[in-house]
Amino acid sequence: MIGIEHYVVVSSILFVLGVLGIFMNRKNIIIILMAIELILLSVNLNLVAFSAYLGDLTGQVFAMFVLTVAAAEAAIGLAILVIYFRSRGTIAVDDVNRMKG
Amino acid sequence: MNSILIIVFAPLLAAIVAGLGGKWMGHTAAKVITTAGLFLACALSWPIFLSFIGGTGEATVTPVLTWVQSGAMSFDWALRVDTLTAVMLVVITSVSALVHLYSWGYMDEDPDQSRFFAYLSLFTFAMLMLVTADNLVQMFFGWEGVGLASYLLIGFWYKKPSANAAAIKAFVVNRVGDLGFMFGIFGTFLVFQTTSIPAILDAAPAMAGSTITFMGARWDTMTILCLLLFVGAMGKSAQLGLHTWLPDAMEGPTPVSALIHAATMVTAGVFMVCRLSPMFQTAPDALAVVTVVGAATCFFAATIGTTQWDIKRVIAYSTCSQLGYMFFAAGVGAYGAAMFHLFTHAFFKALLFLGAGSVIHAMHHEQDMRYYGGLRKHIPITFWAMMFGTLAITGVGIYHLGAGFAGFWSKDAILEVAYAAAGEYSTLAFWLGTIAALLTSFYSWRLMFLTFWGKPRWIESEHIQHSVHKTPEQAGEDTTGGYHPHESPWTMLVPLGVLSVGAIFAGQVFHDAFLDQEGFWMGAIAYDAHLMHAMHEVPYWVKYAAFTVMLIGLIGAWYAYIRNKDVPRQTAEQLGPVYRFVLNKWYFDELYNFIFVKPAFWLGRFFWKKGDEGTIDRFGPNGIAWVVERGSGLAKSVQSGYLTSYALIMLLGLVAAITWVLF
Repeated sequence: MIGIEHYVVVSSILFVLGVLGIFMNRKNIIIILMAIELILLSVNLNLVAFSAYLGDLTGQVFAMFVLTVAAAEAAIGLAILVIYFRSRGTIAVDDVNRMKG
Repeated sequence: MNSILIIVFAPLLAAIVAGLGGKWMGHTAAKVITTAGLFLACALSWPIFLSFIGGTGEATVTPVLTWVQSGAMSFDWALRVDTLTAVMLVVITSVSALVHLYSWGYMDEDPDQSRFFAYLSLFTFAMLMLVTADNLVQMFFGWEGVGLASYLLIGFWYKKPSANAAAIKAFVVNRVGDLGFMFGIFGTFLVFQTTSIPAILDAAPAMAGSTITFMGARWDTMTILCLLLFVGAMGKSAQLGLHTWLPDAMEGPTPVSALIHAATMVTAGVFMVCRLSPMFQTAPDALAVVTVVGAATCFFAATIGTTQWDIKRVIAYSTCSQLGYMFFAAGVGAYGAAMFHLFTHAFFKALLFLGAGSVIHAMHHEQDMRYYGGLRKHIPITFWAMMFGTLAITGVGIYHLGAGFAGFWSKDAILEVAYAAAGEYSTLAFWLGTIAALLTSFYSWRLMFLTFWGKPRWIESEHIQHSVHKTPEQAGEDTTGGYHPHESPWTMLVPLGVLSVGAIFAGQVFHDAFLDQEGFWMGAIAYDAHLMHAMHEVPYWVKYAAFTVMLIGLIGAWYAYIRNKDVPRQTAEQLGPVYRFVLNKWYFDELYNFIFVKPAFWLGRFFWKKGDEGTIDRFGPNGIAWVVERGSGLAKSVQSGYLTSYALIMLLGLVAAITWVLF
């Protein structure tokens, strides 16, 4: 029987994978965008799992919203990335440090 | 308007105008203003002095300004004129006016002349404030003022390191004396509740025999006050122990040596003891100290004078020695004789210094007597001026003829009075003074013979070599090196002439008033009529003692420096250690360097390296700067510019915040 614990564990693993994907990635900003998607999906999984567990539809409605926002975010993120590549000629994470103090 | 106001403030005004406006108005205008101011002061001083000589003068006090009024302490700026002040007035203004005139010639090529003349006038003002002081604080003002002017003038050629060192030395050594003077003033105020000199002198006899606690011990009040004040006098008048600055002060221009370090400032100590003489009379122990210190200085400085080669240093030690005479005269109670010697000494010592300046001027700034010789025919006017000065300082005169040069009257009077006083200290002073008179004669004639007689030895001098562009080898037999000494301009010769008149006649004309007339002094100094009478009753051998030793000194110098020129070298070799001891000025400088200067430097370096740099700087400014630098370095490394690390920190912060809220 698959209980709520399994969902929570999977979602936690996905979340940590996403976070590590952001921090440990030194190569490509696209990977960061993908990692963010991963984090959002782990959250969605959590929302849906608890919604079913508690019998409350609010979580599932919220997940729908998150999907929408994630799609918009991915679109805007990729657009910015294209512009950035045009102006700097690179999207390697190591080169993106113009905010250095 | 009271003439004393003009006498005192004309030099100040001239100093301010010339000092501040010298650059703008040019050298000539500055020189004219200062010199005119001094001649005006001089012209107004002589009538005052002559009125006291004539018996028509009256002691006056001219108030100038209110100064301090605070509780029991109140003192004002006021100019006191009595006989003692009148004597000092003519000495100061006459010598100063002549030195101003002399400096026209001597300082002719100096680029900073207006500054020099401004300092000279400033000095004169400070000295006049000192001698006209009605209270001890104003006297201290003048005292410090002359010290400042002395410092500025010794270091006038400030590009010479030796001149700066000498100026600092003079200032620091004088500080030691001034500390004593200040304690003396504090103590006097403590005891008498006033700083007014007449009030102190009136109250002094009543305090005789009382005691006071000073530095944890009981002392006789008047003795300790007089001794403290005398320490001040010792510093200013370069007495044994605090004399080391005076020879070094010769680094200054020669007119300065004549005015400040011979005729006026260094006599301030004698003046102070005479001014406070009723106070010193109540402290016999202090007077004994004055006598012994004076006599010791007199003898000690004269011994050094016999070995020095620098013409100005010989005269400087001579000054030191003559000041010793003045002090032991005061010490035995003959203040009139002390002031008389001060008066005549001012003329002949200023004459000797200005004459030496004229010789130096003629010899292309060479000061070493070993390189002089045979100058008599080349600079005859200077020669005769120096001759009169030498005759005066050695005390040439015949008692039975009642005729003699200035020094004869004053120095013999001091020796006679020391003999007549018949105490154990005064007898010691008499003998030391007589030996010093022999040495005085010896070194004075030595100076004359080395400078004006014999063959020229000029080519050995680097200054002359520089002038004629020859080495001694190139010059060969001609020891003049082809150099022609030139007589000084008239601005330098006129002061020499006037001072010569003073050196010849000052003693003859004024000895009666100074020594024998109580009415002349009118209570300005303590006058011991009995002692001054006893002075004339001393045996004939005492009266002729000074003259005899003068002759011995003259013959000795003649034999050693004219007749048989090997004698000085042989004597120096035979005496060996004694000669070196005297030549090195009794090792006073070395001793002081060892005892005071080196430890002071060590202490200073210790506080500098360990205290200041090692502790305060290390944990203070430098430490804080280090912490800030390291801290900001750490903070900087956080701001890497990588988006990912910012996000990580944000996340960690968020986790921490949530953890904080939940648990």
